[in-house]
Amino acid sequence: MPQALLRAENLRFEYDDLLLFEQLSFSVMPGEVVYIEGPNGSGKTTLLKILSGLIDPIEGQVYWQDKPINRGARTYQQAMLYQGHQSGIKDSLSARENLKWLMSLKGLRDVGQIEEALAASNLAGFEDIPCGHLSAGQKRRVGLARLLINDDNHQTAEKLWILDEPFTAIDKSGVAALEATINKHAQRGGMVMITTHQEMQLTVPTQRIVLG
Amino acid sequence: MYWYSIKTMIGRELLIAARYPAEVLNPLVFFLMVVTLFPLGISPEPEFLAKIAGPVIWIAALLAMMLSLDSLFKNDFDDGSLAQLLITPSPLAVLILVKVLTHWFTTVFPIILLAPLLGAMLQLPAEGYRALLLTLLLGTPIISLIGAIGAALTVGLHRGGVLLSLIVLPLFIPILVFGTGAIEAATLAMQYNGQLAMLSAMLLIALLVTPIATAAALKISINN
Amino acid sequence: MGLAFAPADYQQGNSFRIMYIHVPAAILAQSCYMSMSVAGAVVLIWRIKLAEMVLKCIAPFGASVTFLALVTGGIWGYPTWGTWWVWDARSTSMLILLFLYFGVIALQAAIANPSGAARAGALLALVGVVNIPIIKYSVEWWNTLHQPATFTLTEKPAMPVEMWLPLLIMVLAFYLIFTVVLIMRTRNEILVREHKTNWVRKLVEASGSTNSSNTGTPAGHNGSGQ
Repeated sequence: MPQALLRAENLRFEYDDLLLFEQLSFSVMPGEVVYIEGPNGSGKTTLLKILSGLIDPIEGQVYWQDKPINRGARTYQQAMLYQGHQSGIKDSLSARENLKWLMSLKGLRDVGQIEEALAASNLAGFEDIPCGHLSAGQKRRVGLARLLINDDNHQTAEKLWILDEPFTAIDKSGVAALEATINKHAQRGGMVMITTHQEMQLTVPTQRIVLG
Repeated sequence: MYWYSIKTMIGRELLIAARYPAEVLNPLVFFLMVVTLFPLGISPEPEFLAKIAGPVIWIAALLAMMLSLDSLFKNDFDDGSLAQLLITPSPLAVLILVKVLTHWFTTVFPIILLAPLLGAMLQLPAEGYRALLLTLLLGTPIISLIGAIGAALTVGLHRGGVLLSLIVLPLFIPILVFGTGAIEAATLAMQYNGQLAMLSAMLLIALLVTPIATAAALKISINN
Repeated sequence: MGLAFAPADYQQGNSFRIMYIHVPAAILAQSCYMSMSVAGAVVLIWRIKLAEMVLKCIAPFGASVTFLALVTGGIWGYPTWGTWWVWDARSTSMLILLFLYFGVIALQAAIANPSGAARAGALLALVGVVNIPIIKYSVEWWNTLHQPATFTLTEKPAMPVEMWLPLLIMVLAFYLIFTVVLIMRTRNEILVREHKTNWVRKLVEASGSTNSSNTGTPAGHNGSGQ
């Protein structure tokens, strides 16, 4: 029986006296995809930020491999990939430069993965154009190309993906490609926490957390 | 082990500065204009100018820095790359230090290079130039480092610019006092090693302490 | 209190009596900043909500006391030295202290989320408290450079007992005022921050009913705030 890698216990968060959630506990098994659902303003983005360690819950704790994520955070940060509403892509830098910096934050070097990932994301020929000149959908795909980069490298790959509305501004073929990427990641034992209004066709175990 | 992320960070910041030359040029032009206001607004008399040259250049540099400090983290905050930076497994304080120093190099170093020219326009006595350059070289990085804490605290706020000046300007008073004091001592042919030593000590402390405070401030700001 | 009982100074006449407000205010202005930064450290390290509220309450009070010290200093200075303001080390440091308070207040006011505002203010207060000794030192150094001791405020002439005893009492009185005001303001802040919780609602309902029925019990003693 595999052990849960990610565990949240009794999370509570309120914003300006507005209670978003309390007593929220769950655990995520390797190979599992977790949908986080709820109406607008129910705290989905906040929950993902808490899971990424960007913000701290008012009460409760998130554990990675049974250790609180804010202690010995490096192991967790190495194993986790967070993609928020803003994808962290800078307009004045090209796709290649952006991805190179994002990889370097994890201590990874580009030895051709960026080229491959961009090609697989339908962005061949756009590698060296400043991202400010790309369309919203293309920009979003640059951000999501990070998933492919890490997928190719098993040892250093992030095991946990935290994705906030990754399908925004993405066309049909992009949606299908991302679905396939997520499926493949989960089949290899990776985990995905995702907020989306899109129903995905997945062949892996899923879990739903409903907020609000 | 983390050299690669540090190196990439420097490269990235330089690249961004090169793609937005206005970020570098605007404070520089502002600096030039503020200095010009003094002879126009008070008196072009050479003896008088010689007396105020050091302080005027220092204050103008300080104000020009306030303009550029505001944007230190703002773009990164808006496009989400700040969030990516904050969850890096690499040492955050070191990367922030690198970022602040690169920012200093691209926006403040040109100001320092321009300072002797303005010194000449303001009739700064010949003995004062060495002190002017040395105090600016030691003092302005402290301003960048302390200012980074303020920039981090105000990064998420809509009208952060004025607020940033309000919260950090009082903290810059010692640097201004020792900086201009050293220049004055130099023009009077007196020793100014004491002032330089004070500035160096402050710089050393700022290098060690402020990146940690800035990291904490960024974490507070991303929470709001 | 000290205003009335202490004897007139042989040089300054009765105008020196403002010292009994000026000196305690000046001392309190600095202690306020210290206690604010202590509260700030508690906020950042232990994340105690009460400390957040205390921090928010100290800043305006500290700013007013600092302002009071500056104004009384001016009023004292005019008959004594013939000017409202001198750029001496103490007045200048006090003015900078006022700026530091303004910074903390403005920053807290700009952030909507109360807990985030408190933590940002706490960090700024801590940065300020580290800087205060450096600022003081630099201002004193600057002062000796520009004003070769025409008069110094730092050397106080020896004071007779009947003058410093009231001063001591006034200092203690100011500290007590600080404590009382802080407790009252914090109590108010707690009620505002927790206005959605059950215990505050009950309190308000209870005090509301006693008020309307006029039973004569002091309803305001816990619920209605200031």
